[in-house]
Amino acid sequence: MRNEGQPVIELEDVAYNYGGGELLSEVSLSLSPGSFHFLTGPSGAGKTTLLKLCYGALVPTSGQLRLFGQDRREMGRDDIATVRRRVGVVHQDCQFLDHLSVEDNIALPLSVSGRDLLAEGANLKELIGWVGLRERAKARPPELSGGERQRAALARAVIMSPDVILADEPTGNVDWEMSQRLLRLLIELNLMGKTILIATHDLALIRAAKAHVQARVLRIAARRLQLAGADL
Amino acid sequence: MKLDIRGLGDLLIGDAQADRVVPPTGFTAWLTLFSAGAMAFLAVFALALSLATGRLAERWGDELARTATVRISAPEAQMAAQTAAALRVLETTTGVARARALDDAEQAALLEPWFGPDLPIDQLPIPRLIEVIETAEGFDADGLRLRLQAEVPGAVLDDHTRWRAPLVRAADRLRLLGWLSLVLIAGATAAMITLAANAALAANAQVIQVLRLVGARDSYIARAFVRRFTLRALGGAAIGMGLGCLAILALPSADAAGGFLTGLGFQGWHWLWPPVVPVLAAVVAFFATRAAARKTLEEMP
Repeated sequence: MRNEGQPVIELEDVAYNYGGGELLSEVSLSLSPGSFHFLTGPSGAGKTTLLKLCYGALVPTSGQLRLFGQDRREMGRDDIATVRRRVGVVHQDCQFLDHLSVEDNIALPLSVSGRDLLAEGANLKELIGWVGLRERAKARPPELSGGERQRAALARAVIMSPDVILADEPTGNVDWEMSQRLLRLLIELNLMGKTILIATHDLALIRAAKAHVQARVLRIAARRLQLAGADL
Repeated sequence: MKLDIRGLGDLLIGDAQADRVVPPTGFTAWLTLFSAGAMAFLAVFALALSLATGRLAERWGDELARTATVRISAPEAQMAAQTAAALRVLETTTGVARARALDDAEQAALLEPWFGPDLPIDQLPIPRLIEVIETAEGFDADGLRLRLQAEVPGAVLDDHTRWRAPLVRAADRLRLLGWLSLVLIAGATAAMITLAANAALAANAQVIQVLRLVGARDSYIARAFVRRFTLRALGGAAIGMGLGCLAILALPSADAAGGFLTGLGFQGWHWLWPPVVPVLAAVVAFFATRAAARKTLEEMP
């Protein structure tokens, strides 16, 4: 267990190689509880790779990665599964189980962690209402629009009340109005004390967020992570 | 392989939510159902063969080992006297528990499969047969032959050894083949279910990816697949077993026609064996799918 105030996710001089080349180099990042970070950079710069490192899907080629105080290299598959219950992930392509309803997909983290779905029923309904999918709860994921899928993915990511939410281009497939709605949801979660890291190209989204929360903007360029310029 | 009682317990109790994470359809569902059903059907026949040959070997080995026959071939006028003389010799022979001459009706019944019913046995020069039952110690066959030769010239002792031993050996081999077939059927079932499970796991790579993303442990994912395949195998094997039993029941009855082939079925408590087939198929499926799931999940990034 981490102490209050200590970083939930910490990378120290991390490098990650892929396909014989170095994708990330000397990356250091510390996500404190309740912090809000944006991650920007050109396509292919390594934003998704960095997010994957942050939820334990990848192991650094070199350097130190600590997830909730644990060294990633010393973690087994069960430890990673435990981390995933504390880290909500919203993917750009919003992967769902297409044979289950939206409601069942959102409840999936509860199911896999052995929580009583009947006892959680009220929270589940409230959450579905919070992301505005009450009318679509029984639909199958392929029947949803891009924005609805993003909201369903966000609901699934937060249903376990995780400490950290990682979102990869959460507004990539939605219009401006929907992106603002998603941002409001993420800001609301941050105000509840959740740590947020969003990878995005959308500078307007970053500017809109900075009007409401204190967000750090990071940029990956030339394989390295740096603080973005003051113009943001 | 160590018996995983907890794993089997979890399997029986089940988890309605976990059951739903594996997509319910796909060709692997039918493959498992069909292969388990076909194998159970064949297993019922292999089982029936083993049990029938077992009965046969037991009968030939135990019952016939304690019997012998004395055949009296004599002119009609001397037949009764020679039969009585042979019976007297047998009564005084150590190792003979009892001896009795077969009556005309019994001899006619023995010949009926070849000559048909209503055989006019009294008009045919048929030898008289004496059934000899041995004691546990048995008798000295060579000594008895010499005594019969001296006192009953038309008597010939047949202690069945010439034809009984190869028949018992054949029945034992058939029984062994039956059990070997059952082992091969179990192995083939395991192989087919493993292939089906591997195919299902590969086809559902995205499902596994999503489950891992939301914090599912590999044991949870494996359990969902294992339970699905075990229940499918159980269902398929139950259908195959039922059809196999119906086919066995449809065979001509042994009483009606007699003979080994018509006796190829279950008798008495042996009917408790067929229901074991689906249970064994489920156990085989459980271990085969679990091994396949663990290996596949281990190899998946």
